[in-house]
Parts: sequence; C-alpha cells; structure tokens
Amino acid sequence: MQVPAPFEYERATSVDQAIGLLERLGSSARLVAGGHSLLPMMKLRLANFDYLIDINPLHAELGYIRLTADDVRIGALTRHRELLESDELAAAFPIFRDAERVIADPVVRNRGTLGGSLCQADPSEDLSAVCTTLDASCVIRGPGGAERVVTMEEFHVGPYETAVGDDEMLTEVRLPLRAGGGSAYEKVERRAGDWAVVSAGAAVWLAADGTIADARVGLAAVGPNTTGIPQISAALRGRAPAEELYEQAGAIAARSCDPATDQRGSADYKRHLADELTRRTLRTAVVRARS
Amino acid sequence: MTTVEEPKTTTFDDNDQTPVGFGRMLRKEDPRLLRGRGRFTDDVQLPGMLHLAILRSPFAHARVVSVDTSAAEAAPGVKAVVTGETLKGLGLAWMPTLSNDVQAVLATDKVRFQGQEVAFVVAEDRYAARDALELIDVEYEVLDPVIDVRRSLEPGAPLIRDDLEGKTDNHCFDWETGDEAETEAVFARADVVVKEDIVYPRVHPAPMETCGAVADFDAVEGKLKLWSTTQAPHAHRTLYAIVAGLPEHKIQVIAPDIGGGFGNKVPIYPGYVCAIVGSIVTGKPVKWMEDRSENLISTGFARDYIMRGEIAATRDGKILAIRTNVLADHGAFNGTAAPVKYPAGFFGVFTGSYDIEAAYCKMTAVYTNKAPGGVAYACSFRITEAVYLVERIVDCLAAELDMDPAELRLKNFIQPDQFPYTTKTGWVYDSGNYEPTMRQAMDIAGYAELRAEQAEKRARGELMGIGISFFTEAVGAGPRKNMDILGLGMADGCELRVHPTGKAVVRLSVKTQGQGHETTFAQIVAEEIGIPPADIEVVHGDTDQTPFGLGTYGSRSTPVSGAAAALVARKVRDKAQIIASAMLEVTVADLEWAKGAFQVKGDPGKSVTIQQIAMRAHGAGDLPEGIEGGLEAQICYNPSNLTYPHGAYICVVDIDPGTAQVKVRRFIAVDDCGTRINPMIIEGQVHGGLTDGVGMALMEMIAFDEDGNCLGASLMDYLIPTALEVPDWETGYTVTPSPHHPIGAKGVGESATVGSPPAIVNAVVDALKPFGVRHADMPLTPSRVWDAMRGRATPPI
Repeated sequence: MQVPAPFEYERATSVDQAIGLLERLGSSARLVAGGHSLLPMMKLRLANFDYLIDINPLHAELGYIRLTADDVRIGALTRHRELLESDELAAAFPIFRDAERVIADPVVRNRGTLGGSLCQADPSEDLSAVCTTLDASCVIRGPGGAERVVTMEEFHVGPYETAVGDDEMLTEVRLPLRAGGGSAYEKVERRAGDWAVVSAGAAVWLAADGTIADARVGLAAVGPNTTGIPQISAALRGRAPAEELYEQAGAIAARSCDPATDQRGSADYKRHLADELTRRTLRTAVVRARS
Repeated sequence: MTTVEEPKTTTFDDNDQTPVGFGRMLRKEDPRLLRGRGRFTDDVQLPGMLHLAILRSPFAHARVVSVDTSAAEAAPGVKAVVTGETLKGLGLAWMPTLSNDVQAVLATDKVRFQGQEVAFVVAEDRYAARDALELIDVEYEVLDPVIDVRRSLEPGAPLIRDDLEGKTDNHCFDWETGDEAETEAVFARADVVVKEDIVYPRVHPAPMETCGAVADFDAVEGKLKLWSTTQAPHAHRTLYAIVAGLPEHKIQVIAPDIGGGFGNKVPIYPGYVCAIVGSIVTGKPVKWMEDRSENLISTGFARDYIMRGEIAATRDGKILAIRTNVLADHGAFNGTAAPVKYPAGFFGVFTGSYDIEAAYCKMTAVYTNKAPGGVAYACSFRITEAVYLVERIVDCLAAELDMDPAELRLKNFIQPDQFPYTTKTGWVYDSGNYEPTMRQAMDIAGYAELRAEQAEKRARGELMGIGISFFTEAVGAGPRKNMDILGLGMADGCELRVHPTGKAVVRLSVKTQGQGHETTFAQIVAEEIGIPPADIEVVHGDTDQTPFGLGTYGSRSTPVSGAAAALVARKVRDKAQIIASAMLEVTVADLEWAKGAFQVKGDPGKSVTIQQIAMRAHGAGDLPEGIEGGLEAQICYNPSNLTYPHGAYICVVDIDPGTAQVKVRRFIAVDDCGTRINPMIIEGQVHGGLTDGVGMALMEMIAFDEDGNCLGASLMDYLIPTALEVPDWETGYTVTPSPHHPIGAKGVGESATVGSPPAIVNAVVDALKPFGVRHADMPLTPSRVWDAMRGRATPPI
C-alpha cells in the first residue's frame, strides 16, 4: 500500500459551498471527483495537498447530459460510464462512445468524470482530445456564482495546468450542435487501459452538396497539450471528402505535432500514428456524417 | 473498440469432480481465497504491533556521506530509526546472498542501485513510519553509474563493488559449458551458419502481493516468529540462523497465504532482516510490507541476458551445433537464487529438444548499478532464456534455409528411443516423445490451413504470422549431491499421519503461492492410500509444523515433494497392509490393494478399508508382532534426476500494418508433463504462464534511463497483460511419464512461461517477413514493431 502525505478531507454539500471552501483554502486545496489520477499521484507523493474537497456528493447537481437546440451540455461530474452509455450523446457525437470504450477500464469508468479528466489536463487524456475535436467550451464558476465560458484552447494552459483558478470550479462542458456532423476517435495503446501512445479524434460537418463545411482534428499524447490543428480545418473546408484529402490531413497532423520519445514509443512512430489515425478517424467521421 | 470474444464451450468428459486420486476437482483452497478469508502476511495483526518503512536511495550510485535521523526520531509515533551504521554495530549491515555474494541490508558506504535500502523507521502506524522517512536527511555524493551493461567492463568504468577486497572491475563471474573446440570444428564444416544477437530484457515477476514480513521476537523465550512472503520457509529459517546467529530451533518461519511468487519470493530481502532487527530493537512485533514501487524497483528481477546465438546446419536442414555467447547483467549484488554450482541456472539446456553433435556456451556476468536478483519470474532457473535462444535461432535457421519451421523442428527432434538422452552440455533428459506433441499442436491449429490463409493474406498486404516453439524443460532440483543452496541440499521431506477415524494430515516442506498444493498433494496421497482428498488436510509453510525441505520454485514441488508425498503414502500403505493381514487373518502376500481397502486375493468379500485399518492401528486390539501403534510415516526424498517436461506451442498473430499493433489471435499449447494429477490445475497453470508470455513478448520490460533511474516503478509504467490482450487459450496434452518419478509426474508450473515468448516473437517475426525482418527483440510494443517494419529495429538495451 502506498501512503499519501497527511491531508484534511471535506465532503462538499453544494457547488457554491465547495467554491467557498476553495476561496478560503486557496492552492493548498484540491477538488477530488473520481480521484483516479489525483489519488495515485498523492500516494506516490508526486502531488501533495493539505485539503481535499470531495465533490462526489454533488453528482445530482453536476451529473447530467442535456440536449438543447444548439448544443449538448454535460455536467462536470458526469461519469465516464454515463458518457459511454448515453445513446443521445452517441447519436449526436459518436466520438464520445468511441473514446469511452478505450478509456481505462470499467472500474475507473464507474468513478472517473468528464470534469476531472479535463481538469487533470494530462496531455495524453482522451476526453480532452474529444472536447478539443468538438470545439467544446467550458463553463467555469467562481465565488459569488460568477460564471465564465472559455474555449478548450483557453482552458488548457499547459501540461497539467488549466484556466480554472484556485477558487473556481469547472461545472459544465458545452458541445455545439451543427448539421451534417460525424465524428470518430481512435487510440493506439500498448495495452488495454494504458494511456494513449497517440490518439486522434476527428469531426466533420458536411454541407448539403456533400462537401466539407467544417472539420476538426484533435490529437492526444503528441505535445504538451491535446492539440487541435487549425491547418487541417483550413485544408479540408470546402473540399469534397476523398482519400487524398485525408492523406493531406494526416501529413499536416504529423507535421504539426510535437511528440517526445518515451517508453510508449519513439517520436517518429508517434508522428506516424498522428498521420495514420487522423486519416482513419476522418474517413470514419465522413461515413458517419453521411449516414 | 476492444471486443471480447465469447469463449468456445469446452466439455470435460473427465470432469466428475470426485476423484479419489487423480482427476479434475475444484481446488480445496479456493473457498477461503474466493471468499476473502485467505490469510496473507499483511493480514497478520498482533497486539502492540509496530510498522516499518524503508528509506531508499534516489540514486543509482552514490557515496553515503552522512545520515541525520534526529528529526525523524522526534516525529510523532516514531519508535526507532535504524541506519546502516546501527546495523554495522550489530554485525548485520551486510548479509550473504543465495549466490555466495554479499548484499547490503542497509547501505553503509555507498548506494549501488536506485531503490537500495538506506535506513528504516519503526512507528506506531504505517502512516507515521512513512511520513518520518521524509525527515531523514541523507547527504549523498553522486557517482557515475554503470547502466549500459555492454560498457561495464570497459577500462575506467566506475567500480561498483569496492566493498569486495581486491576488486578492480565490475566482473562478476565467467561460466562455460559444452566443448568449445569440438563445436568450432563442427561449425567449420557446416553448410550453413546463422548468427543472431538476441536480447532477453530485464523483466519483473510483479506478483499481486508484494513482499513483506511480520517479525515477533520474544526476548524472554529468545524465540523469533517470522511471518513472511517466502517460497522457501525452511531454507530461509536456516539462513536466518546463519546470518543473525539465532539458534535455529528458536526461529519459526511461517509463510501464510501467498499472492503469487513466480520466484520473486525466493531470496531473502533486506526488508525481512530489517523487520527482524526492528522487532529486536523495539521489543514489539513489527510489520513491513513493500508498496508496489518498492517491489518493482528493488526485488528480484528476471532475465537481462544479451545473447549471441549461432547455429550450424546442413543445407537440407540437419542441425549440427549450437553456440552462444552471453553477457549477463546481475545488477549491483549477485542475488541470483539458483543452486550454487549453477551460477547460470540451468541455461545449459540451450540445446533444446534437438539431437545435435556439439554445443558450447561462454558466459560473462557483470555488475551494474541496478537492482540485484536474476532468477525469478517462473523461469526454471534460466531455462526461459535458454529456450528463447534456441527457439529463436532455430527459426532464424528456418528462414535462412527457406524451410518450414515446423518441418525443421520435426526433422531434428531427439527420437523416443534415444531417451534417456545425454545432451552435449551434459543434461540427461529422462523421457520424451516429441513428435506426437508437435503433431497434436499442428492438428489443433490446423497448421496447413493457417499457412494457406497466411499466403492469401500476404498477397493482399495483410500481416499475419504463425510462430512455433518447442521446449524441453529441466525441473525438480536436486539431486542433493549436485544441487544445493548455500550448502543445503535440494531434497524435500514429507510426513503423513492417518488419524484413527481414517482422515489424514500430510505435511509438506514446499509452499504454495497459488499452484494449488492443498489440492494436488491431497490427490497424490489419495491415489496411493484411497482416502478421498476432502479427508486429507495439507499443512505447509510453517517450519514448526512441517519437515525440512528446500521449497517451491523452479517447478520443483511435484517432481520432488510430490514424489515424497507418494512415497510416504506408500510407506503408510505398507504398514496398513501388515495390520490388514492381522485383521483378516491371512498373510500379507494374500492381500491385494483395491484403492482404499485391502482384500483377500480371490475373495473380494473379505476386505478391510483404510479407515478400518486406521482405527485398528490406534485401537486397543492386538497389532501384529513388531508393529507399533499409529499409522504414520515420514520420509525425505532425494530425486535421482530432474524431470524433463516438454511442449509444443503455436501462436497466430495479426499485425495492423498502419499502427503496427500486434493482436494474438490464437494460441495453441500442447503440454507433456507426464502423469497428470489434476488437469484443471494444470490448465490453470498453463493459462497463467501463457499470459505471462504475452506480457514478456509484447509489453514488459524494466528499463533504466542513463542515470540509472528505474522507468518501470509502477504498474502504470511496467505493463502486465490483462484478459483483453490474450486469446481463448487452446490446450492439449500428451503423457510421457518420468521413468524415475514414483508416479511418473513432471513439473508444469513454469512450462508455459518458458515456452510461450518464443512462439509469440516467432509469430511476429513471421508476420513481418515481407519486410525482410529476421529478428526483433522483445518487448514487441507497437513502436518497436513499427521500427522493425522500417528495417531499423534496435535492441531495447
């Protein structure tokens, strides 16, 4: 048994009460949701906090998937398992189910949350790549109920760093709904449940004439953050879907990312995967957009 | 997505679950283990028990300048802080290893690997002990480490073992076997010679339960009670007596339930000694349990052999000779757990299952700034490395000759009439009949159809590979005259006592870590004396309760202790026969044994059961002249030879050409372990070992960075396979009994771990044939497979 350093623990009773605690305790406190990244880091003493505020009691308030006319809104405490099992979400964004099937294992998925995944801001994190691909925006609440909404690009400040302040909480993720959309996710891992060697998400929106109205690709584990690649969007917009186009997008992905050699693979291999997986996910996304 | 295929339904015609002897039955130990009622070392709770935590070196190589423990000693709940200097005063700073080297219990002069033990804290609870470690201030002078094994002997390489008098380099030992000149002569006249550099990287057994101990020293009685995670409780007790100077009769070692050993729990680790010292110093029971990282970075690793394999053959595929040169990384201390006359374990069986003319091996073992160990992970004393070498190089030869690898093997097998067969390196294979085993595997696989499918797929650019390995193992160490650990001969005792009501207790010197001894040994005894297994209690793991013996590793329980159990049961049966003759008023010669009863020959109606005999043996009635009361016996079995199980494994893989991911689609394992005691347990052991093999072949490796930081310090970094990486195992068997074993059984625990990695690697290499790949080293992660496809596969170390 690995033993964390001493810390105080409090269960939250409401979002505002939790934010009140954060306001009082500052950077010495941390919210814990599923805890599947935070607690191992604390046990290894890579992360040490004086206070943990357990927000699991807020699931009734922050665990939801709601479809509006314009977007899908997902509460930050929605569990991986709920994301995996939601047919509504899978219908709107099949990329979510693709990704959730390859995130960790059922035990982790029963506890881990969307908000926790995004706030951990691990460069290899799958849902960050999914949200980047879908052009998500993040609702951050602060003291006094003040809310602000930021894009994924703004949300991720650096590896393991987000725009959420010491006295703030991510409460909701919003995914814009657009006509003619299709999406997909692919991950290469050394073993089920491992972090990605590389993974890629793609989303396309087809115009009435069948050309690509817009497209987005998000990559994980190839740089300091999960990376959206605007050059790919620019290259695909207005073009008719075709194998050559996916190849072009793959080449841009390989060129634009910044992977490092580590135990999971060489930088060259990861670049190759960025290319390969970009092509694969675009291909699937287009098929799905058409159906 | 990851899909789980429905397993094929299998019917077990032999599955009546009620054998009085051999056959399928559920494990007697499982109700306890499955219901959470197992009792492991960490479950031991004693009144007043304290907890111990170990401070470990963050550096691979550094001089220990000073250790300041004052702040830790003042921390709340702390009862004692002990450093290497403290132990030096007690003469306990160093301890012997199982290979006649010494290892630091706590560092005094230098630290020699990352994770080495530097000091320990004993405190009221585990948290206080761990927190106090942060308060120990150690000043290190960092030294250059030796990490690259190939450079360890270079002039000017930093000297690791300056503790050894007169030591000027990092050389550990040299070893050779076979005939160098004769082998050279055969190579010189061979049509074809194939050479390949083959690396078996460092891996770790990673048992689910880490290592630990609870030490309870009673100063009044002068008695030490030690619960510990040990596969060899008796050997450990004797070594503690030698190391600590405690009288042996005052030491009781208890190995309670063990959550997997795989060789990881054979050595004596500094932590065990620290727990003993902690209890002596505080006068209280002291518990030490490693955490996962400690287990991975500091305890017995496995493999780490860099091998150059060479094979000589005729143009038509007759193998003539095999030669190898090995560089072995033994880490900072030679902690190899192997019979002392076998510093390279049983690597000498690298000639495999083939009838060849000559063989030679030259090995150089060196020290590096890495954790000690060397024989672990179900390897049968380095046979894993040997089998990997020969099965890989035979495949390289098949590729060179453009010959089917199955055909090449079939052409070169030792033939049934050649047994007992003495290999060119001096091993006497007891029995074997290889071709039927191989044919059965090929039949189950549908070998010809698979090759046809592969040809079609290759034409379409798809990557499919078929890999074969055929292994012969050597398991069941002794005999005692050849094999010992620090002078203790490798033999095993067994004691059987039949109670008056006909129930029995059998006491073993070996110790299960999940192999199912409590079932298998009850079945062995049941087979011999006809008492149902349910009526036989198996006692093991407690040195005060069991006869002396060397323990469970190297698949030796059934070959050695299983023989002891059969023979002690026969001894009891012989006595029972004499008592039966009195009960039935006939001569002993007039009786015949009908499993569970003696009956008068020709008159089956006149018989007495073993239960009736047991009551008579303890009763008030007369016993035959010269026969003592009671029905019990004890023996010590000294095996005349090892047993040599064999097997044929075939693996089918598919590789995604775009991502280079390997999927093991099918795996066929046909094992021959002689007489089969409980087929269900055998299959379970085979399934586990095959899963280990997938891990080693595809993902496992303990790697280090250039500073000597261990990169596999958690199960997030050191991957072990899950159910999702393995196929539905397809198993078969043949039976070639061991001629010298009383029931004809051979060991099987490690067969699958030994035999499976080459089958998987051979399959991957076979799949990559269109890219001109002839060899690629484990672990075959997607990245490494992709490198191989691009023609630039580099060794992992």
